[in-house]
Amino acid sequence: MVPTRELLPTAEPLSLLRKDGSPVEDSPLAMPDDDVLLELHRRMVVGRRFDTQATALTKQGRLAVYPSSRGQEACEVGSVLALREQDWLFPTYRDCVALVTRGVDPAETLTLLQGGWHLGYDPYEHRVGPQCTPLATNTLHAVGFAHAARLKGEDTAALVLVGDGATSEGDTHEALNFAGVWKAPVVFLVQNNGYAISVPMSKQNAAPSLAHKGIGYGVPSVLVDGNDAAAVYAVVKEAVEAGGPTLIEAITYRIEAHTNADDATRYRTSDEVAAWLDRDPVDRVEAYLTARGLLTPERRAAVAAEAEEFAAGVRAALNTDHEHDPMSLFEHVYATPTRHLREQAAILAEELA
Amino acid sequence: MTAVSMAGALNRALADALAEDPTVLVFGEDVGALGGVFRVTDGLEARFGSTRVFDTPLAESGIVGTAIGMAMNGLRPVVEMQFDAFAYPAFEQITSHLAKLRNRTRGRVSLPVVIRVPYGGGIGGVEHHCDSSEAYYTHTPGLTVVTPGTPDDAYRLLRDAIASPDPVIFMEPKRRYWSKGEVTSDPIPMNRALIRRPGKDVTLIAYGPMVATALETAEAATEEGWDVEVVDLRSLAPFDDETVCASVRRTGRAVVVHEASGFGGYGAEVAARVTERCFHHLHAPVLRVTGWDIPYPPPKLEEHHLPNVDRILDAIARLQWDDEVVEVRGA
Repeated sequence: MVPTRELLPTAEPLSLLRKDGSPVEDSPLAMPDDDVLLELHRRMVVGRRFDTQATALTKQGRLAVYPSSRGQEACEVGSVLALREQDWLFPTYRDCVALVTRGVDPAETLTLLQGGWHLGYDPYEHRVGPQCTPLATNTLHAVGFAHAARLKGEDTAALVLVGDGATSEGDTHEALNFAGVWKAPVVFLVQNNGYAISVPMSKQNAAPSLAHKGIGYGVPSVLVDGNDAAAVYAVVKEAVEAGGPTLIEAITYRIEAHTNADDATRYRTSDEVAAWLDRDPVDRVEAYLTARGLLTPERRAAVAAEAEEFAAGVRAALNTDHEHDPMSLFEHVYATPTRHLREQAAILAEELA
Repeated sequence: MTAVSMAGALNRALADALAEDPTVLVFGEDVGALGGVFRVTDGLEARFGSTRVFDTPLAESGIVGTAIGMAMNGLRPVVEMQFDAFAYPAFEQITSHLAKLRNRTRGRVSLPVVIRVPYGGGIGGVEHHCDSSEAYYTHTPGLTVVTPGTPDDAYRLLRDAIASPDPVIFMEPKRRYWSKGEVTSDPIPMNRALIRRPGKDVTLIAYGPMVATALETAEAATEEGWDVEVVDLRSLAPFDDETVCASVRRTGRAVVVHEASGFGGYGAEVAARVTERCFHHLHAPVLRVTGWDIPYPPPKLEEHHLPNVDRILDAIARLQWDDEVVEVRGA
């Protein structure tokens, strides 16, 4: 049996690349093709540059808030690249890098955090659900969406992203149970980055791992090194192709604070952060690809230049002031505006006149 | 045409919607083989198959949350919350997602989901089986909230709710499930109130389980010489100001009746809106007859809680018929 279809996860996280970039010889996972590895590298570099740019824009007051995923690029990029065109992504607010990797316009990705509207992109354009702010609620949307696809005879999987904290929410458990009963094609990817804002794993969970929770719902479960993009890609791809539900826990680390409004020094040490910087997901793929001669200095420079260009585009878009029409407040509350809302809109229009 | 029960009318509405639209699904707890604890879904799984009518795990947030995902993917789920108070685990999915997603996505995501909620008391139910939870939903922008008072409306409103592009909370007055009437399916817009009984002295505003009580009161009031007009709201959100205010302007007096607690309740909104719009036509303050501001009582005491004919007649008597100063009680 393929190891990732077991109900219980392995004791140690599955991996393909060690932290120094050397390959794991006896991994049960299939190493992605070279072109996939190069693409993982490229998207992680671009994604990280996007992330640092968004953090900088927040400091300049251009974004209301930004939850960084720095350090989690292997999960953000590896999981999304493993999706097929027809599959759907159900992300959280920390998954902006996953969104831009999926092809969502970066300015539209940041609309929520910029504060112009609650959501900037069309979910149907890139098959990306709304970023979930009340945690774990997106798990049920993913299960319903995937089950509907199956009822309609469509081959569509849903990938839902949650964090370690969200595994304590009831909706996660209801979603795993529904997915198990319905055998819905849903991949639950838990990015265990160590903290739910400030609350560590020790206060969140008593199970041997978060992936152990899958067996209670009859859902095959996988524990993977979340800083190993090749491994994340491999396990998500296999889960998508398996056709039923899979729970994946990826062990990773949030290098930045929860958001720019958070002070991480109040709950963790700089030594701890330094140890995780030493396990950097981008460095790891870079080392592997360089050792194999696949990542040439020219390609590395080209990727870096592409990342800079991407960041410049983000800056240009976010530094442009947009008019926000107050009258739009009354739009799309209902398919057809009610008389009541038309009356209130008229009052606001008078105020603005 | 033969009379059917409200439960039978609801069953017919679900069956007709399932037959006409292949995207309609019916699911929830015990709605399959059992046909629902009130038998509203009786026979539907057998007729339409278990991919379209099916039992789910016992988890209300899961039912509504997955319905949202299904609606995003082009289906029209009609889900059942077994009892009013058992719907509370789904509150976050309803208020933060179901109600808001159209607005959050600027109209790109439409969620035609119907949540059927059997509600209200008067059936001798033990605790958590008799709540009138309508105000939680009417206070949430983005939701349409409707409630039938007759079998005819049960059929008509449920068909309209399923056809609606917006999420609808469909509140079913469980004490009236077995009341009988004809189903005419005359087209009346879902968002309009109906005058159930014309009268010229006072407007009695009621909905759901209290429509029948209001009509009973109107009959009893003739003995006191009062000609009572009964307005059945049908749609709580949106609220049909036009029909209600036209009635109150004619009669000059109004009483709002509901089972739910009065404080911060739906009747307060109705009273305020009627007062704001009809002040110069009113001969007396708008009064409310509601359940007390207490947790729903145990079955052996519920008769003291629920509005009844006598309590509504008392309220009508206090509408300043002889220019005396009104005594606002229980305030």
